Amino acid sequence: MAAQNLQSVPAELTPEEDAAGQAHFDRIIAEDSRIEPRDWMPAAYRKTLLRQVSQHAHSEIIGMQPEANWISRAPSLKRKAILMAKVQDEAGHGLYLYSAAETLGQSRDKMMDDLIAGKARYSSIFNYPALTWADMGAIGWLVDGAAICNQVPLCRASYGPYGRAMVRICKEESFHQRQGFEILLELSNGTPEQKQMAQDAVNRWYAPALMMFGPPDDDSPNSKQSMAWNIKRFSNDELRSRFVGMMVEQVRVLGLTLPDDQIRFNEDTRKWEHGPLDWDEFHEVLAGRGPCNAQRLERRRAAHDDGAWVREAAAAYADKQRAKQSAKQQKEYAA
Amino acid sequence: MSTPEATETTGHGDISTGVAGGDSNASATRITPGNALRPEDIALEVKTGLVKPTEDIAEYALRLGDDALILAQRLGHWISRAPELEEDIALGNIALDQLGHARSFLTYAGAAWDKSEDDLAYFRREHEFRSVQLFEQPNGDFAATIARQFVVSYYQYELYRRLTESTDATLAAIAAKAVKEVDYHRDHSAQWILRLAGGTEESRTRMIHGLRLMWPYVNELFQDDDLTQRLAQAGAAVAPSSLREDFDRLIADVLNEAELEVPDVPAAPGGGRYGKHSEYLGYILAEMQVLAREHPGASW
Repeated sequence: MAAQNLQSVPAELTPEEDAAGQAHFDRIIAEDSRIEPRDWMPAAYRKTLLRQVSQHAHSEIIGMQPEANWISRAPSLKRKAILMAKVQDEAGHGLYLYSAAETLGQSRDKMMDDLIAGKARYSSIFNYPALTWADMGAIGWLVDGAAICNQVPLCRASYGPYGRAMVRICKEESFHQRQGFEILLELSNGTPEQKQMAQDAVNRWYAPALMMFGPPDDDSPNSKQSMAWNIKRFSNDELRSRFVGMMVEQVRVLGLTLPDDQIRFNEDTRKWEHGPLDWDEFHEVLAGRGPCNAQRLERRRAAHDDGAWVREAAAAYADKQRAKQSAKQQKEYAA
Repeated sequence: MSTPEATETTGHGDISTGVAGGDSNASATRITPGNALRPEDIALEVKTGLVKPTEDIAEYALRLGDDALILAQRLGHWISRAPELEEDIALGNIALDQLGHARSFLTYAGAAWDKSEDDLAYFRREHEFRSVQLFEQPNGDFAATIARQFVVSYYQYELYRRLTESTDATLAAIAAKAVKEVDYHRDHSAQWILRLAGGTEESRTRMIHGLRLMWPYVNELFQDDDLTQRLAQAGAAVAPSSLREDFDRLIADVLNEAELEVPDVPAAPGGGRYGKHSEYLGYILAEMQVLAREHPGASW
């Protein structure tokens, strides 16, 4: 893969060079400007970003599965086309993000191997099953909606390649959310069975979507450092509260309800509040004990293993073409 | 890498000329850059009574629409399962193109019988489908999928290229959009034929096997019948047999470069155009139609 030559980015530097690098880095962060791949950066910053960007890439790739599950059964040809395009967008998002992560010095192959080996994480939300067509609506509206709340501030992340990848991803995500909303709206205004299907999907995806913002602020040890580095701009609870405020408005238009009778706007804090979330469940799913963890990883592993011979063939063919080309050039040079 | 180019064919960009005409905002036959034909445009023209195909034209459009629909259904299965992310995207794109062509053809065909694209896709039974059997062949491994796509894209390119000159303006317009897309499908499949044939011993073996799996169904693509004869004489359609020579020549160019031979296998009898299908179609339809049929009359 192309990133092999990036492995050497953190070169050996003298203490003076390190000190100068740190000073430059601190100045960039203080100015709220961008760190670029060739800039000096603290090892911990690189590690944090690599973890976050690769996890984000993995989430896009694993996140293709619950929706791909409905491509073949989409109930109209128009919906089938939209769903195909959406899942295809997610593969594209995965590609931009793996490319951004590669600029931090790790190859896509290595990241993919870590994912398949179960050593890398991805968003827990994709370990829940997409059981009905209405889940395509609820995933678009709630899951992509939560992702947008999380990701719009990431467009300003201090690491340049990540922030720039997020700009394009956010544009496409907003289409995804709208199509999810539209699916639910159509179902809600359809037959009683369709409306029931929509409500059931919202009931199942609401709490997992809220947990996508991560643990409560008092239980999120890494958040503070990420905010100091201008990677993260708002706390988990702040983003979650904003999201609840948006959903509570939109669910009325849908003619559905959120499965939470404790949602209220706190006039004192000027923030939206919601009922308690089951953080034990969150940690269980994160630890690999969710409904679809094994299924999702196995599917990725199977695709990767089944495709190994194709990737080997493409690489062998490219090598042969290169060898032919250089033999031809040498011949021309000799003549 | 060199991609075999059709020496006597029209390339990108030329196709639109002579097809578009009239008010580009109102016409289903509008084909201008960035203003491509959508199935919804055809549906609107049908609804407002601007177009209505004859029974023959509708039957012909149904054939081409069913081919594209069944292939889209097959290819869609690769999304999230491809050998590389780039191929998830590429095969997804080809599936989307095919689905777009299917929607246009089916919308137009349905106008003759007061049926929508979805009525035709979701509420017909196996023997009412008019696709040829190549399109329903299983994905198999990646080489089998590429072999199927190679045959399909070279066939469809020759077909749509000629259909842009149909006397039926809607068929011509659909073909004008489709031929540009199918040209990319040819490029994609030809490049993979070369890579797999010239890659490793394993990939070459699989490529040869993939071609052998698909080749029994090639003949059916080029069979004429009363319908295509009538429509070809009227200048509305293309006689399938008339595509064979260019198809054979262009396919041979790629296979020669890949040092492969046209598989020497017996041809299957076919019959898809009259509702005779392989065992595979029933499963494809069962999956595709299940949800729509659980909720007849519902809108989505």
